[in-house]
Amino acid sequence: MKVVLHIWRQQKRATPQDPKQDGRMVRYELDHVSPDMSFLEMLDVLNERLIGKGEDPVAFDHDCREGVCGSCGVVIDGVPHGPERGTTTCQLHMRSFRDGAEIWVEPWRAKAFPVLRDLVVDRSAFDKVVQAGAFVSVNTGAPQDANAIPVPKADADRAFDAATCIGCGACVAACKNASAMLFVGAKVSHFLHLPQGRVERETRARNLVAAMDAAGFGNCTNQLECEAVCPKEIPVRVIAEMNREFVRARLVEQPASGKRVGGDG
Amino acid sequence: MSWLFDFWRSSIGGKVTMAITGLLLFGFVLAHLLGNLQLLAGPEKLNAYAKMLADTGALLWVARIGLLAVFVLHVVTAIRLARGNRAARPVAYAKEATVQATFASRSMVFSGLSLLVFVVYHLLHFTFGVTNPEHYARKGAGAGGHDVYAMVTQSFAVPAIAIAYAAFQIVLFLHLRHGMQSLAQTLGLNHGRYTPMIRTLSFLLAALIAGGNLLLALSVQLGLVEVAR
Repeated sequence: MKVVLHIWRQQKRATPQDPKQDGRMVRYELDHVSPDMSFLEMLDVLNERLIGKGEDPVAFDHDCREGVCGSCGVVIDGVPHGPERGTTTCQLHMRSFRDGAEIWVEPWRAKAFPVLRDLVVDRSAFDKVVQAGAFVSVNTGAPQDANAIPVPKADADRAFDAATCIGCGACVAACKNASAMLFVGAKVSHFLHLPQGRVERETRARNLVAAMDAAGFGNCTNQLECEAVCPKEIPVRVIAEMNREFVRARLVEQPASGKRVGGDG
Repeated sequence: MSWLFDFWRSSIGGKVTMAITGLLLFGFVLAHLLGNLQLLAGPEKLNAYAKMLADTGALLWVARIGLLAVFVLHVVTAIRLARGNRAARPVAYAKEATVQATFASRSMVFSGLSLLVFVVYHLLHFTFGVTNPEHYARKGAGAGGHDVYAMVTQSFAVPAIAIAYAAFQIVLFLHLRHGMQSLAQTLGLNHGRYTPMIRTLSFLLAALIAGGNLLLALSVQLGLVEVAR
């Protein structure tokens, strides 16, 4: 099959002052595309031809190509990860497009995700959110007995719904407000339903939201675009849970006490 | 109070502010409609209701100032959040697409700003009597206050005014339709069983309020009420 690609090309790294730099959409015609190729393999073929002609290949992120690592992701025809539901870009195949299709390929668009080059964006804002408390603090030592802490199946399932997040950033890219609340909500929900995570629930909710706000993401207006494009189909329930957790944390927190008993909580 | 300001300034604090003020404003438009539906019951009923409200005196001013504060907070927070949202995506997509966001949800800023303009007009029209002074400030026979019935019916007898009021009900419908189910989600209410019910209910309540107001706006044109002379 044959496709016409419109791809965002940008050589210079985006800055807060000039997020667009020299970026522009460039048109490429590509034929002899197999419908069994993945979208990334199609880009590989394009790059081989560009290199053959002495041009710069199109830069894009990818790693496992099995839909689990969260590295890949481009906006295809306005939809992050393209037209198939619950699918990463690497698992999207060219059979999802018709012969002769015009396909628009752009990077994630968000202030918090500056474009590094072409279709590659810097997602370290997500790392900062995770570092702010999307983990359980445990002192290392002898491992506990397995199953010493019982977790009801329903709770484990809810936690797992959120834990399937691969941190690809499609939710931010799809959100009309470039909000990261599905991602951050997934981190909150992931630990909220587990007894190990509940110990630090207040500090987690507060710190994750603070890190999210500091990164310059937008604010959720409940349009549910994130849920529609998430390759792991994480539900917006996690956003409601994060809202609840944040308000709860603000309500139960005490003004700092002069007498510190220990720990840094 | 800095903790409260900190909360308001956070993304979720701003959303919660929108939800709570939105809920209060929804309560107001519902009460406003129920009170005004007495227009259909005739001049005595409506004017007696107007007099009852006016006679509450200081309480009325407490309610007005409270309502104004809630309204201003809703608008100011919305502007702050909307500006943040614009800034969060400095470069737009060359090809935009929407998968499942409703038209109502995508037009909240537009519908909100339109309603702000409408509310200002509505106050100038019926509360302050600036736009149509000839309809305003008529002393009702025996009612002891303004003849609200005469003011409303004479205004709605003017086709342009009736159409303007009616048109804004569509905007109000869109705003409430997204706003009400959105505030449940913001306040943390998301449940496999209740969320679909909340979505249906917010559609029905928005239709009820906008439809009721629409009926009142067109009441004279439809011949449901007589114009007081």
